Amino acid sequence: MRRIIGFIRSFTLIELLRGLWLTRGYLLSPKITVRYPEEKTPQSPRFRGLHALRRYPNGEERCIACKLCEAVCPACAITIESEERADGTRRTTRYDIDLFKCIYCGFCEEACPVDSIVETRIFEYHFEKRGDHIITKQQLLAIGDKYEAQLAADRAADAVYR
Amino acid sequence: MELALQIWEWFPLWFRILVEVLAKIVVIVVPLMIAVAYLTLAERRVIGFMQVRMGPNRVGPRGFGQPIADALKLLTKEVIVPTNATRFLFLIAPILTLTPALAAWAVIPFGEGLVLADIDAGLLYVLALTSMGVYGVIIAGWASNSKYAFIGALRSAAQIVAYEIAMGFALVGVLMAGGSLNLGKIVEAQSGGFPGWFVWPLLPLFVVYFISGVAETNRAPFDVAEGESEIVAGFHVEYSGMAFAVFFLAEYANMILIAALTAMLFCGGWLSPFWGDWLATLSAIPLIGWVFAGGVHWFLLKTAFFLFCFLWFRATFPRYRYDQIMRLGWKVFLPITIVWLFVEGIAIVAGWQPWLI
Repeated sequence: MRRIIGFIRSFTLIELLRGLWLTRGYLLSPKITVRYPEEKTPQSPRFRGLHALRRYPNGEERCIACKLCEAVCPACAITIESEERADGTRRTTRYDIDLFKCIYCGFCEEACPVDSIVETRIFEYHFEKRGDHIITKQQLLAIGDKYEAQLAADRAADAVYR
Repeated sequence: MELALQIWEWFPLWFRILVEVLAKIVVIVVPLMIAVAYLTLAERRVIGFMQVRMGPNRVGPRGFGQPIADALKLLTKEVIVPTNATRFLFLIAPILTLTPALAAWAVIPFGEGLVLADIDAGLLYVLALTSMGVYGVIIAGWASNSKYAFIGALRSAAQIVAYEIAMGFALVGVLMAGGSLNLGKIVEAQSGGFPGWFVWPLLPLFVVYFISGVAETNRAPFDVAEGESEIVAGFHVEYSGMAFAVFFLAEYANMILIAALTAMLFCGGWLSPFWGDWLATLSAIPLIGWVFAGGVHWFLLKTAFFLFCFLWFRATFPRYRYDQIMRLGWKVFLPITIVWLFVEGIAIVAGWQPWLI
């Protein structure tokens, strides 16, 4: 009896037709692909993209050259040199991040006691010359200045969880 | 106009016939090539959609520039001839594959009387030419001097021989019902709308024919000749550039040919699916009435449906194992066709011919 049923099944191609019906369903189902340059996926306030150095509202840079970020960085991507300024505060003279070494883990951001080094939402960037991948203090501060509003809003949104 | 006609008359007769035939060939082959190009796009889009992704959609609006970009890429690439390959055979093999695929179109009637060569042995001619395609594949596999290409060629040869027989028997059923080898007459024998098509009385033969057609063109799930996950790319591993593109042109031209033949032999070709009073009423509607009456558009629509089935199968079924292909061809399809031919023969002798409505 089972053999007869199997015979009928294979000769009426019922299983093949069921397979075809399944793929027909997927043909008509909505596609989940994000059409990237036109569409973008939503980003979390915690998004970890390109780095930036922030300033206080009075224009003074936040970084106090404590070198905690340099110490915590698992990829050794950060290089800091510091000096004592005329007013007695300690500041960085050099703050380089090697973006080829950086793994975007966000530990520098976590370690920073003054919320100076942060990671922005920028993820579409490129380098055109050798050496461009090491971004300097000036570049980091410029990124921070440009996106300060967004950065402040993101920190505020995340503050309740910290 | 008068002058142009006089100049035309001034040319010798053989020259006029030659120009006329060449013009007809261009009218058939150019749209065919465009159809082939866009079939590659359709394939990638349809399979992409069935796998819940987008398929190529970047070149031009909705990806419509993709076939042109592909063609340009392949045209500008170098045709590499392997050192130990048989140079002459290696280069002639793609042409041997493409030529029969295009030549078979000579006898395909697109509409009533719309045929390049209205020969009486049309079906035989088609059968002969579709079998010729295997020479290109075998020569390509042998001339490449590569074990993968050779295995692919051997598999393809065995497979095409096996399925050619089932296909031929299925076509014998069609010509018994149609009473002619002329493709135009076979289509006309199916008049009477949807119920008059040969699909219904010859349903098993239709299934066997279409599946054999898929196997003939080396398409999934019968693509062991290519078998990219087993033998790299089968018979065309060593090909690059335009020589490779010609193999693809041939494969897709063959697909369109098989789809067109299925539409013609089993689904009434250019005939409308409506019948009787319905056909009379619908075709009497002003402006859009011609859509419901028979015509080239019905033929193209049916062909497009069967082409879609080719793509659908490829997206649905996993590849057959080689021995399963042989079993299906020899032990299943051949007996089915023979049994059905017998049934059909008895029906004809008994005077009970359901297809003569």
